[in-house]
Amino acid sequence: MVETHSLQDMRQQAAVAAKVFLQRDYSNGTVCQFQSKFPSELETRIDKQQFEETMQTLNNLYAEAEKLGSQSYIEGCLACLTAYTVFLCMETHYEKVLKKIAKYIQEQNDKIYAPRGLLLTDPIERGLRVIEVTIFEDRSLTR
Amino acid sequence: MVARQSGVLPLTLGLILITSGLFFIFDCPFLVKHLTSCIPVIGGFLFVFVVITLLQTSFTDPGILPRATPDEAEDIEKQIDNTGNTSYRPPPRTKEVVINQQVVKLKYCFTCKMFRPPRTSHCSLCDNCVERFDHHCPWVGNCVGKRNYRFFYTFIVSLSFHTAFIFGCVTTHLSLRAQGGKGLVFALQESPGSAVELVICFFSVWSILGLSGFHTYLVASNLTTNEDIKGSWSGKSGEDVTNPYSQRNIFVNCCSVLCGPMPPSLIDRRGFLPADESVQTAGADIELPDLANKSEINVCTQGTKGLLESATLPPLLSTSCPQGKPLTDPTVNFDPSPEISTSCSGARHVHHSRGRASTPRHTKTRSKKNKRAALQMANPSFDVPVSPSSPDAGPSSKARGHKGDSFSHLQ
Repeated sequence: MVETHSLQDMRQQAAVAAKVFLQRDYSNGTVCQFQSKFPSELETRIDKQQFEETMQTLNNLYAEAEKLGSQSYIEGCLACLTAYTVFLCMETHYEKVLKKIAKYIQEQNDKIYAPRGLLLTDPIERGLRVIEVTIFEDRSLTR
Repeated sequence: MVARQSGVLPLTLGLILITSGLFFIFDCPFLVKHLTSCIPVIGGFLFVFVVITLLQTSFTDPGILPRATPDEAEDIEKQIDNTGNTSYRPPPRTKEVVINQQVVKLKYCFTCKMFRPPRTSHCSLCDNCVERFDHHCPWVGNCVGKRNYRFFYTFIVSLSFHTAFIFGCVTTHLSLRAQGGKGLVFALQESPGSAVELVICFFSVWSILGLSGFHTYLVASNLTTNEDIKGSWSGKSGEDVTNPYSQRNIFVNCCSVLCGPMPPSLIDRRGFLPADESVQTAGADIELPDLANKSEINVCTQGTKGLLESATLPPLLSTSCPQGKPLTDPTVNFDPSPEISTSCSGARHVHHSRGRASTPRHTKTRSKKNKRAALQMANPSFDVPVSPSSPDAGPSSKARGHKGDSFSHLQ
């Protein structure tokens, strides 16, 4: 009975019912973290634990991107010595992690959120301000 | 230039080029003969370093925050209204957050329609919110913020070395020439370029050295010029305030500010458009700041949204986002004529001229060739309100309508 919708199917059938915005959490300073409080609008759509797991993984990935470790220092010093021209040929550590995040969100959307009529938008598309969760009308119940 | 106003960047570049040029022409030959040939090598290296870091400071996105999408703005407004009281006073436009046991007030930015993250400030010259806003530097023609602070710091430090080096070399040169009782005037007559260099270097070395020293102090304490000037963390108000962002260790502070990970540019997201490095200049280089910036951002976000929406539509649609591509074309940005509002905004103007209410009707009744364009625009969240100052909302919109049509044609 469980129907799995692909992203394409959803586009054809569903209309946007609502959008939930998860704002940034600044309690640890300016590092990129998102509030993982479970929004009430999603209560009927998805399991709280599932959602919080996704949020926790995302927060961890962003923390990894901004981590001040030996790798970032070496990258920074090398870049300074070459007058930052090394950034023309090399991808920064942050960018590599952003790609990982994009892949993770895509995966989560395909496996977990799309079948429930939800869509997570990669925060980088929103200037790292919010995680936008689009809630689609649940047509399957009315058909 | 990245900033709307390029300030006096040409002057800065000119001064550096002229001074260095005169140095290589007038002083180097003499010094190489009488001292060592290392001098032009060191001079050359410093010169290249200075110019590269200057250009990077000017042309790098300082950490501009794109404006909130209309949906987001609406959501935030709702939240503000909910928490506000029911009296006639306007709802509060600040939010408080506790960082490292310090209470930090986040202000609402009316232009960008969002609560500014900590340390972010809205630059009135660039008309953008900039993360970790330091100051707007007219000498480099750009804001100095999170992403280009390290370039700026490297620039002023290398410039102080360069200026001091030239000053030292010129002084040595002139004193060597004036030896044997010949006098300074004679030396200056022999090498007139050195006089110019002497004057420029003498006056600039103090200010640049001072600036470098000041910024070294800021880096060591993880402060921004903005915070230092306002005295946000100096305890002026008498309370026990300390900088919540400082790691209390000079070395760690320096490392985190100068050698930390390089954050990505938030305004360059182009979705599935081919990686176009010229997008750096497209960021905030705007004649019509609000409108163009919004259309810029909306094209950015449309990029990936279009990707999702195009999943079901004919593959041809995927090429429709080159509508946004003209925006990345640097030449377009320099063109002040109304046609600058590229195809995306062009088509959007057509929409708008018929009124927002008719947008849904648009998508159903318009001919197929416009359907593709319309579908991308149909999502009301991307309907850009035309700013009142925009000259195109009137009769010229029809002309632009054709332009919008012709672009869909080309796809």
